Amino acid sequence: MAVEKKAVSETKTETEMSLRSVKVYPRFERLWHWAQMALIMVLLFTGLAISGIHNLLPFGPAVMLHTVAALTLLTLWIFATFWLFTTGAWKQFIPKIEGMIEVAKFYAWGVFKGEEHPYKKMFWRKHNPLQAATYFGLKWFVFPAIWSTGLLYLSYNFWADSVGNASFWIWVIANLHILSAYVIAAFVIVHVYLLTVGHGFRAHVRPMITGYDEIELTPEQEAYLETNEPERLR
Amino acid sequence: MHKRVFKILGLAAVVGAYALGVSAQQSQPNTTTADHSKFKILQQDFKSGPAVTEACVSCHTQADDQFMHSIHFKWDYDHPETGQKLGKRNVINAFCGSVAGNEPRCTSCHAGYGWEDMSKAPEEQEVTADCLVCHDTSGQYTKTSTGAGHPPLDPVPEKAKTITGAKAWAVDLTKAAQSVGAPTRENCGNCHFYGGGGDNVKHGDLSSVLYNPSIDVDVHMSPDGENMTCATCHVSDQHQWSGSRYNVMASDAHSETLKPGERRDVATCQSCHGTEPHPASLMGAKLNNHTDMLACQTCHIPEFAKGGVPTKTLWDWSTAGKLDENGKPIHEDNYTSSTGEKMHTYLSTKGHFDYGENVVPYYAWFDGQVEYTTKDKTIDPSQTVDVNAIKGTRGDGVSRIWPFKRMVGRQPFDSVNNKLVYTHVWGPTTDTALWTNFDWAKAIDAGMEAAGEEYSGEFGFVDTYMYWPITHMVAPAEQALDCESCHAKDGRLAGVPGVHMPGTRPFGTASLLGIAMVLAALAGVLGHLAVRVLSKKEREH
Repeated sequence: MAVEKKAVSETKTETEMSLRSVKVYPRFERLWHWAQMALIMVLLFTGLAISGIHNLLPFGPAVMLHTVAALTLLTLWIFATFWLFTTGAWKQFIPKIEGMIEVAKFYAWGVFKGEEHPYKKMFWRKHNPLQAATYFGLKWFVFPAIWSTGLLYLSYNFWADSVGNASFWIWVIANLHILSAYVIAAFVIVHVYLLTVGHGFRAHVRPMITGYDEIELTPEQEAYLETNEPERLR
Repeated sequence: MHKRVFKILGLAAVVGAYALGVSAQQSQPNTTTADHSKFKILQQDFKSGPAVTEACVSCHTQADDQFMHSIHFKWDYDHPETGQKLGKRNVINAFCGSVAGNEPRCTSCHAGYGWEDMSKAPEEQEVTADCLVCHDTSGQYTKTSTGAGHPPLDPVPEKAKTITGAKAWAVDLTKAAQSVGAPTRENCGNCHFYGGGGDNVKHGDLSSVLYNPSIDVDVHMSPDGENMTCATCHVSDQHQWSGSRYNVMASDAHSETLKPGERRDVATCQSCHGTEPHPASLMGAKLNNHTDMLACQTCHIPEFAKGGVPTKTLWDWSTAGKLDENGKPIHEDNYTSSTGEKMHTYLSTKGHFDYGENVVPYYAWFDGQVEYTTKDKTIDPSQTVDVNAIKGTRGDGVSRIWPFKRMVGRQPFDSVNNKLVYTHVWGPTTDTALWTNFDWAKAIDAGMEAAGEEYSGEFGFVDTYMYWPITHMVAPAEQALDCESCHAKDGRLAGVPGVHMPGTRPFGTASLLGIAMVLAALAGVLGHLAVRVLSKKEREH
């Protein structure tokens, strides 16, 4: 724990660093985020209608909209995966234990005492450790769970004949699908709430709209960006 | 694998066919090369039905032999799957009970002349086939209601009625004989629309409305629709028909093997519409996905007994026999049809009735087989007895969820041997017929004797269900059931086993777990927010 504290405080006390407005969310990532948001909202709304929780939308249209939104989101995810691996942005999503406890302690304690958020956004690390871990869990477990069960649900007629006890399997699939959906709903709630914590809601949402955030850059990073990617600095 | 690819490709082809309209066929192909009025042998003054038949078979040399082996003549059916002996000659139903003991009333609809004793096969009694009942197109041929299949001829007795319950007229046999052609809706309907002794009493989806139905009542048979006759679907080959109710083709996966010009001798929807009948849209694909579970009829016949003619839904024989203070039979007419007709709800002869119009079917898995509670079957009178139990389960490869008319009955049984009984209800001149003497003991004695069955002499009444697969009165596509008719809590298929249907259990296990999770997240967030706000206030103090 001492080591982690040191790491965080080192960044804080680094005198040569300068605060710059840097584009951290490129256009595709912002589009991805907001399209994903809209689609997930549509999917949650229509999914609840299909489950029979509400009937603001008739069953047939709900199924159609759910299917179209799901297929669109899957397409988007395919593009996003491609983007993540070609740009190297995937590294941003690899969770590290380093600093995670600090952030957890802040949310559980420090925030009530008016402390500053312990995490400073870094150029190579735009998510705080807890955030990165959450996204990692979503991307590797919850999202695959929902799209695999969704595709199996949708393609029932293509596999039902080749398995024994198809009605049991569709029951398992449906329940896993529903559970994953609620995990995502819970994530959305906490995600939106946490935007209000620390630097505040507007400060947190703005970068995902404009793309630019205030980042402390090392002289090397600053020099690199000024030379090679000047459009990313404001 | 190959089949799946075919399925996907097939979808496109199906849409093409759909756009063109499924039925290019004429409802009555005019393929005849003969004008029967020009035949010398038909230009005679026929004195009886059998005389006409004799003239017919002088040219149609094989017709009588073919016909006399058909179910329309034999009323006898050896079920190839269950081994049961069925057919009107053998079964007991929830309506007038049995034919045995009630000939010649029941045999008035026999497609022959003079079958007066059920204990003997019609050919043993030298019953002659009746060609005219199916082939007359003059519209004035009929049979008397109690004449063992004979037509009313001049002079017609004062009170005589036809098989449809109309006042009888003298049939002109010569005119009828010269008019013969392919069977029309009238030919089939004059018997089949009146099964159970009156209009739409029995089937629920076969009524006099179908003589000339609106398109809402029957998209196929309506003159505004395809104007099909019964025989358009119930195709025949050498006087053998497709479309048995005892041995139903509950699903038909083979229509895609049809070669051009090849005729399917099955009366299934799929024989014309294929197995993937919906258009190649997202919705169409989803609907096609349902054909592994549902009969077409389930969505496309949302209600039966349409068009203003109710069907009998309940028949309680146990209350029959109540008479007024003068010993006269009584009646109550407490049901009014949508057309304003008062219908009997009680008759001393028959007990209590109820009716329904635009009836929502009963749904069940059905592999096409029905097992009758025949004379040899022991029943459990403490339970509601299925007069004709329907078979089938999910996943057996052939069953689909089908719509049925479920007739509620209460009928007599042998309370010692626990078997359904044959009853002698009709017999104006006997001292045993129920409808004349109002005495159940005598009526059952006589019925069992007529059927040649053993009877203990003790009887009681048992609750029964009888199932009638619903397959006629197909609504136009836009009137098919909406998704939420079934995909909803307490939807139409509630209670049908082995079905996973989204929307029917809003708060299933996974949903409840999920909702708990979301509520926990909300509570956590709100709690966190509350502590933040409170601690901030404290700091500002």
